[in-house]
Amino acid sequence: MAKLPKPEELSKIDYTPPKTSWMDTPVVFKEGMFCHGSKPKSLELVGFPNPRDWRPADADWKLPENWKQILLEGIAERLEKYRSFRLFMDICVRCGACADKCHFFIGTGDPKNMPVLRAELIRSVYRKEFTLAGKIFGKMAGARELTIDVLKEWWYYFFQCTECRRCSVFCPYGIDQAEITIIGRELLNLLGLNIEWIAGPVSNCYMKGNHLGLEPHTIVGNLEYMLDDIETVTGKRIKPTFNRKGAEILFVTPSGDLFADPGTYTCMGYLMLFEELGLDYTWSTYASEGGNFGFFTSNEMAKRLNSKIYAEAKRLGVKWILGGECGHMWRVLSQYMDTWNGPADFLEVPKSPITGTVFENAKSMKMVHVAEFTADLIKNNKLKLDPKRNDHLKVTWHDSCNVARGMGMLEEPRYVLKNVVNNFVEMPEDTIREKTFCCGSGTGLNASEDMDLRMKGGFPRANAVKFVHEHYGVNMLANVCAIDRATLPPLMDYWVPGVKVAGLHELVANALVMTGEKERTTDLRGEPLPGIEQKEEKA
Amino acid sequence: MIHGNMNLNHYLIEKKSTILKKWFDAVVETYPHETSTFLRKQKAQFTNPVGYTLSEGIEHLFDALLQGMIPDTVSRFLDSIIRIRAIQEFSPSEAVSFIFQLKKVVRLELGKEILGQQGIAEELAVFESAVDDLALFSFDLFMKCREKIYELKANEAKNMTFRLLQQARLIVDNQD
Repeated sequence: MAKLPKPEELSKIDYTPPKTSWMDTPVVFKEGMFCHGSKPKSLELVGFPNPRDWRPADADWKLPENWKQILLEGIAERLEKYRSFRLFMDICVRCGACADKCHFFIGTGDPKNMPVLRAELIRSVYRKEFTLAGKIFGKMAGARELTIDVLKEWWYYFFQCTECRRCSVFCPYGIDQAEITIIGRELLNLLGLNIEWIAGPVSNCYMKGNHLGLEPHTIVGNLEYMLDDIETVTGKRIKPTFNRKGAEILFVTPSGDLFADPGTYTCMGYLMLFEELGLDYTWSTYASEGGNFGFFTSNEMAKRLNSKIYAEAKRLGVKWILGGECGHMWRVLSQYMDTWNGPADFLEVPKSPITGTVFENAKSMKMVHVAEFTADLIKNNKLKLDPKRNDHLKVTWHDSCNVARGMGMLEEPRYVLKNVVNNFVEMPEDTIREKTFCCGSGTGLNASEDMDLRMKGGFPRANAVKFVHEHYGVNMLANVCAIDRATLPPLMDYWVPGVKVAGLHELVANALVMTGEKERTTDLRGEPLPGIEQKEEKA
Repeated sequence: MIHGNMNLNHYLIEKKSTILKKWFDAVVETYPHETSTFLRKQKAQFTNPVGYTLSEGIEHLFDALLQGMIPDTVSRFLDSIIRIRAIQEFSPSEAVSFIFQLKKVVRLELGKEILGQQGIAEELAVFESAVDDLALFSFDLFMKCREKIYELKANEAKNMTFRLLQQARLIVDNQD
């Protein structure tokens, strides 16, 4: 029988954590806080190093003998290659302005999730190995040896950052902590230390064109399901085209929109809008992923996965590319695609065939976000909208980190939203626009096994939603990001039951009056439209 | 200052702000040093939601204890605190330990002189028993939160499997 503690022993329990400095507080891997390790097959498919079976919680990570040398050479190479990285290693004065801005720090209460400390994990090794002061003064200069425990600490905390960049908004030096995490993860990948929730989608995307590994017939099949539902709601049968050469526009969206609710309702929204416009566009079963989990792996991997988009646009001979609702996809496309795989000189500067608007902002990369496209349609009065159909919803807007903070797309989605719903409420100022709080599950952390981490990281976001839910009766959280649509529903379920999640174009399509449609009785989810139940009762 | 003929509730009301401050300190000291400094420093509702929820929650819970445990208040504010601590870096006992801290804070704050007054000991026993009820209720809430987390994990797996089975035509709606 196990030894039971005596009452006086029990009463001596001290709940105050020990006051050790961060360097002397070893990392403890806690269930629910990390994802499964990458599988060998996922790494082999893309030619990544050290493919093997391994478990993050095991003591032995099966690393190559010269792992330390690989990492240090990796750091040296990146210090040379990226001026930003070298600058970010040197210029932080540890003022602490970023410390309490991170959703993971706020939610977990773990000091190593303060952005400054998360960066110190790598900076301390940089000092030891690459600076004179660190070599001479060691710990006094904030330097430390790269040991296996340090490596594990890197892994644990670089996969507790969603690269949302909220902290960098507050940094007086403009240090972009996301870039430190990006490079931290890139270094870990040199040793085969990815998570499967990223490595799996990366290899799927590399082989099949999309993260979910959907093959062409499945993509068509999934869209067919949606077309059936659209027909039920509107009475109209839509016939989209696939891989059609000579179309004016190639449409690329995250594959999450094709697979899981509520993303599928957003996808139905695109289909209905484009049908109503008579848009000359095509889907591609090859460039079937707008998102890019390669971006959460390494710069090189992101570039490889991205290359299919321009390649497909060229093969099909389209004039320009239209992108679906996604967050990180948009940052990758906007800020990297042209440099990686451009110039897209075989494409034309995007021009809306409906309004004639030329998207000068996309002059170089030749790709337009669907929220910009729709905002322009509404501005030019090209859509017949009946926002009353969304009257059962009180909607608030979640600014997705990458599109809002990363790209400055703040007004376009709000403009669209205000035209398609009658009840719109903003969340408190400190939690929206460039100061928006992350969903807590971005950058490939949206697995099931790290649910505790997701709930903690998403708490500041959920807390603001809870406020507008309790005070204004908000019951719908709208956004333009596929990861948000996948991860906000469980977040709401835990923190703010009663609030659902929708993509912008689901709400657009609810309000869109289509030519020749039957009288609608339900929204895209099959829920009765406001007023319909009373009407039926009277009849 | 000690007044004649005061009952326990009067003393607790009189010393409310000090008791709440010390109780709050005891709660935030269960977090690492850097974190407790942050939690204490500002209690902005949206930028320090944990500090705010703890501080607002314990005040309402204390009031509820004085007013005979109003169920709605207790349930709302205890839930908001436990919901946070159920997913943070605490063991189950650590997560709910802050409730018991109130007894210690109250006894220290009242001091020997008041505790020795006639009738106070009996009233304190009733008060502490109500605190125990809070603690028991917080175990229930803690378990509900943990069960919810497992339910969310299971639901994600179920939704994914359902879609895959549907795609493989292994599940077909009756009307299809």
